[in-house]
Amino acid sequence: MSFAFTPERQERFQALLERYPDKRSVTLPALHLAQEQEGYLSGETIVALARLLSIVPADLMDTVSFYTMFHTKPKGKYLLQVCQTLSCSLAGADQLVGHLNEKYEIKAGETTTDGRFTLVKVECLGSCGTAPVLQINDDYYERLSLPKVDRILGKLR
Amino acid sequence: MSEFQPVLTEHLGQPGSTTIEYYLEHQGYSAAKRAVVGMTAEQVIQEVKDSGLRGRGGAGFPTGVKWGFIPKGGDQPRYLINNADESEPGTFKDRLLINHNPHQVIEGMIIACWAIDCHLAFIYIRGEFVKEARLLETAIEECRGRNVLGKKIFGSKFDLEIIVHRGAGAYICGEETGLLESLEGKRGWPRIKPPFPAIAGYLQCPTVVNNVETLANLPHILNRGSNWFRSIGANPDSPGPKLYCVSGHVKKPGVYEAPSGVELGTIIYDFAGGIREDNKLKAVIPGGSSAPVLKANEIDGLKMDFPGVQAAGSMLGSAGIIVMDETADMVQVCYNLARFYAHESCGQCTPCREGTTWLVQILKRLTSGQGRPEDIELILDITDNIGGRIDFSYGSFGKTICPFGEAVSWPVRALVDKFRAEFEAYLPRREPA
Repeated sequence: MSFAFTPERQERFQALLERYPDKRSVTLPALHLAQEQEGYLSGETIVALARLLSIVPADLMDTVSFYTMFHTKPKGKYLLQVCQTLSCSLAGADQLVGHLNEKYEIKAGETTTDGRFTLVKVECLGSCGTAPVLQINDDYYERLSLPKVDRILGKLR
Repeated sequence: MSEFQPVLTEHLGQPGSTTIEYYLEHQGYSAAKRAVVGMTAEQVIQEVKDSGLRGRGGAGFPTGVKWGFIPKGGDQPRYLINNADESEPGTFKDRLLINHNPHQVIEGMIIACWAIDCHLAFIYIRGEFVKEARLLETAIEECRGRNVLGKKIFGSKFDLEIIVHRGAGAYICGEETGLLESLEGKRGWPRIKPPFPAIAGYLQCPTVVNNVETLANLPHILNRGSNWFRSIGANPDSPGPKLYCVSGHVKKPGVYEAPSGVELGTIIYDFAGGIREDNKLKAVIPGGSSAPVLKANEIDGLKMDFPGVQAAGSMLGSAGIIVMDETADMVQVCYNLARFYAHESCGQCTPCREGTTWLVQILKRLTSGQGRPEDIELILDITDNIGGRIDFSYGSFGKTICPFGEAVSWPVRALVDKFRAEFEAYLPRREPA
């Protein structure tokens, strides 16, 4: 399965190449764009993107593997990212993770059998004043309680 | 200080405060326009130097002085990077500034770009802040439509473009040279300094990296003058309005704007409403997770500016204040922070990569009742081997390329030093021989 940007994303990628003073600097935006399209970054995607960026695939993989937001394996439809760093931990993040472990029968790093949720524990999301915090895909959910998180996840299909 | 009026957060929560129409109605872009149309770069730099503004990202370096390091002349492009990679645990002020008033931040960038003769600037924003990145992009589009950004801005001969560049989840990219590597499309491995970014930064060109809050102060300095700025706060060496982030065991966590040097007790008890359930205060981390912890009895009269917190043996850092009450288990706190740093260590320097992992392993066995009698000394030995001895009187002598080494060693060492009995209590009891 070879990778290609959709026409609309190809246009955005071209626009990026024109705006940046240097081609390799487009790496992170290009990876975000590809992951947004494909859901994750497969080997084929990385090889194809490396060609578009005029670098060798190993160099691109070197970059991809450094960042926690780039995924090289498929994940569930909703990525549940529970912040576990100090302020969230003081506000009950550990109980939140425990609750999700039990309710959806997944440990951190696992995906529900229906492919709906992938649970990960992440480090500080920069929203310590509204702890505990959960990021679901792109969106922040703040000041969570267990009933509140149940309501939020219950609406996600 | 009672008459202090918020400046940076004046428009917080006002309907429409993110739009350019709202911003223009409230004096928006008047300072940037005056700079670009009516001031020389040298005048702007001098005004900012005179104001005494110090960087709000954590290090507290004087902003005007930093700009002054950019070489004059030469045909290399210069770059400004707005560091919006806010990732220091306990810190959430830049996100607030962007969410409620993105144009204030952009105006600050225009002023800084004029001062260093930069025509292409970046906002490096942490990847998780998707909504904030979109807000900034919208704001930049609005600016292009009003001749505030683009070609010949404000009818001058000055061209300026801003690119919003998203990170992808790496704390170390908040370190300015890690950020530069990341912006260049590589892993965010900090560079050996010198050369400093002002000489060889993005694409080896002269580059200034400034924090969001630092930049947001600039329009106000130009509008009201350096004397106004310098007069705010307890110490003219560390002046200006300041955002304080309060989280943890307080009744009203949040971001509070106050004059630099406001007392920590005022922030905790007046602004943040005091300790939750009226519990007893146990400890405070005053400046983001990298700042050494203070015990409750160390915060009396503590002035929250760079010199004030340093005098107390900690640092103002990013002003991320994490408050802990009597229920906090300081060994678990230490374990939590060590795990954060082990996860975020970029892996470039051996003492940090290996040392943080060992800290986690030792703290894990300690908290699970498997600790060994020598573990506490071992923890201290490891912190010495990553970050060097903590002694603010002669500065930092870390053993790593970037300050991450100190950032993990200082808080861990302070927790062990100040709460040693709690660590000892986790050791399994020895049966008499």
